[in-house]
Amino acid sequence: MTAPPGGLVLECSDIRKSFGSHQAVRGIGFSIGPGETYGLLGPNGAGKTTTISMIAGLLEPDGGDIRLAGEPMSPDATHTKRLVGLVPQDLAIYPDLDAFENLEFFGRLQGIKGAELKRRVAEVLEIIELTDRAGDRTDEYSGGMKRRLNIGIGLLHRPALLILDEPTVGVDPQSRNAILESVERLGEEGMAVLYTTHYMEEAERLCDRIGIVDQGELIAEGSQADLVRIVGQKDRLTLTASGSLAATAAALSEIDAVDDAAVGDEGITLIVDRAHDRLPQILEIAGRTGSMVKSVNVDSADLESVFLKLTGRALRE
Amino acid sequence: MSAAWIIAKKDLKQRLRDRSAYIIGVVAPLGLALVFGFVLNPLSGFEFEGRYVVADLDRGPVARLFVEDVLGGAAGIEVIEVDTVAEAEALVDAEVTPFGGTEGVETADAAIIFPAGFSDAVQSERPAEIQVIGNQGSQTEAGIAVAIVEGYAGELTAVRVAVATVESLIGGEVDRFSTGVQVLQTPNPVTVRDDTASTKQLDGVTFYAAGMAIFFLFFTVQSGIIGLLEERRTGTMTRLLSSPISRTSVLGGKLLSAFLVGLVSMVVLFVATTFAVDADWGPPVGVALLVLGAIIAAVGIVALIAGFARSAEQAGAFGSMIGMVLGFVGGTFFDVSQAGGILASLRFISPHGWFMQGLADLRSDDLGVVVVPVLAMLAFGAVTGAIGVSRLREGMRP
Repeated sequence: MTAPPGGLVLECSDIRKSFGSHQAVRGIGFSIGPGETYGLLGPNGAGKTTTISMIAGLLEPDGGDIRLAGEPMSPDATHTKRLVGLVPQDLAIYPDLDAFENLEFFGRLQGIKGAELKRRVAEVLEIIELTDRAGDRTDEYSGGMKRRLNIGIGLLHRPALLILDEPTVGVDPQSRNAILESVERLGEEGMAVLYTTHYMEEAERLCDRIGIVDQGELIAEGSQADLVRIVGQKDRLTLTASGSLAATAAALSEIDAVDDAAVGDEGITLIVDRAHDRLPQILEIAGRTGSMVKSVNVDSADLESVFLKLTGRALRE
Repeated sequence: MSAAWIIAKKDLKQRLRDRSAYIIGVVAPLGLALVFGFVLNPLSGFEFEGRYVVADLDRGPVARLFVEDVLGGAAGIEVIEVDTVAEAEALVDAEVTPFGGTEGVETADAAIIFPAGFSDAVQSERPAEIQVIGNQGSQTEAGIAVAIVEGYAGELTAVRVAVATVESLIGGEVDRFSTGVQVLQTPNPVTVRDDTASTKQLDGVTFYAAGMAIFFLFFTVQSGIIGLLEERRTGTMTRLLSSPISRTSVLGGKLLSAFLVGLVSMVVLFVATTFAVDADWGPPVGVALLVLGAIIAAVGIVALIAGFARSAEQAGAFGSMIGMVLGFVGGTFFDVSQAGGILASLRFISPHGWFMQGLADLRSDDLGVVVVPVLAMLAFGAVTGAIGVSRLREGMRP
């Protein structure tokens, strides 16, 4: 099923969702056109999964509006759900069935039957490169094969919008690359894709437009180039260090050339104007404030820099 | 094809690949039924067998009638005739070594002694006596011998009255023996139908076949309904809920698969125990109604448990506990209906109790007797199922 030609595949505006007193999603709104790959980028717990759960009709929003090809989406909107193919973050396959049976079962639930079902199952098995292993129980598959099947099930009914929720989490590099290539191919074939990730490089590689989500809000949206312009020509400097990182970050943020300083898992990330020129001063402050620097890395501005600039925190904190 | 049926079919396929399903659904109940039926209950398939020694010192027609027609015509009774009271006593005395004069015979359950002149005494209306000596080790068989002799004595009394009446009516004497035989052969005008609890009891093999079948039914149906919680744990619930089907269909599919697994298990056990061990469940239509009622009750109760459980593991643990309690209270391991008092009444708080009662009532071959047990089980299923389904539906989330 496809969206009407020229129309938006997904439109959501001001969607909100709370769990008890916790506001998981606070008025997020964005749209996706046909053939567009849209990335929702944000750290764990930012509200990405809750947002896509509402878009896929798994959760009822507390407020706002979600439309797929102009049709309203809700948990009871069974017709609208046909427009969506969801690939959940956690594997959602039956381990005691083989790949063929898994695809056939979910295909039937989508209303596909008979020769058409068999044809599409064969087609998807080709796409996910599991034709040779289609008759094996999936609990005998490697992690990467399971991930590919997980994606294949979402593709089977040719949805207007394919939603992939962090599909590469816990995947080996080879399988990860295969998944990314599949998504690129789907985008090229004209399928609208909503891709959530906290891996900046995946968003940069795949997405036509990116929405940056933090604490339940869409804090920035645009193409990668648009977003990087927020940071300007400044560099992202990463200090891999140990010791009094918080004290060092606080001292570094006092430097005029430093826009932001955030403490991450393994060190401190800074947005710095002409980072190479400031390096001696930065290292001197780090030493003085009790941090032992193990390595320094300077990159030009990227989505990580944007996130740091907008939130004051590193993407993978 | 409806979504519920698609889900149920997928579940059945999964169950068929699950060896534990065969163990819980068929092997365990069948095995335990056989163990309990044949080992713990040695009276299973009980057919009376008695060996009676008769010392007929009378040799008259009344004694011969008893020996040849009454004892000789009774099923399961072996008659050994000896010539002396001493020989008869020796056979019923456990301490005595095998009696040399009767080859291969070691002992008898009871001795019946007709004294010389017994027939004459009966026919001339003088007091007569039949002596019964029981073997200490065969109290049941000896008791039955006493009952048979008492019954014969009662018949002789009736004959005496009848002959006396005839003689007074015709004002002369009649051939007392042939008249007596004629009276004995006249069918009784009134017969008593024994419809007491004892006739409604299931034989041992059938009792345990049915008991174990319904006991394990409550475990068998768990797989389907608790599978709903399992889908949440494995993440597939997310996919089901994002599919273009209603939540009712998902729930319906799970309930349907639980029902079908229960049905297959019960049918297999019914057929296996009927043909393999001669269990007699009763008229198939009545049994089918009771089985359907039991499955619906089981599905309802398990849905209730699953509706309040936080996880599949918790539901499994609670389900097992409640299934065991209901099974014991309902009398699937021993016949609580014979226990009397509160225990006998308490069984009706369990669908197991109604099921076993329904099967016992079916001994009468009257299908109407299953109406109340079936309605009771349906009520169990409806009430618990309604609450359970409502809770499960509310709790259906990714």
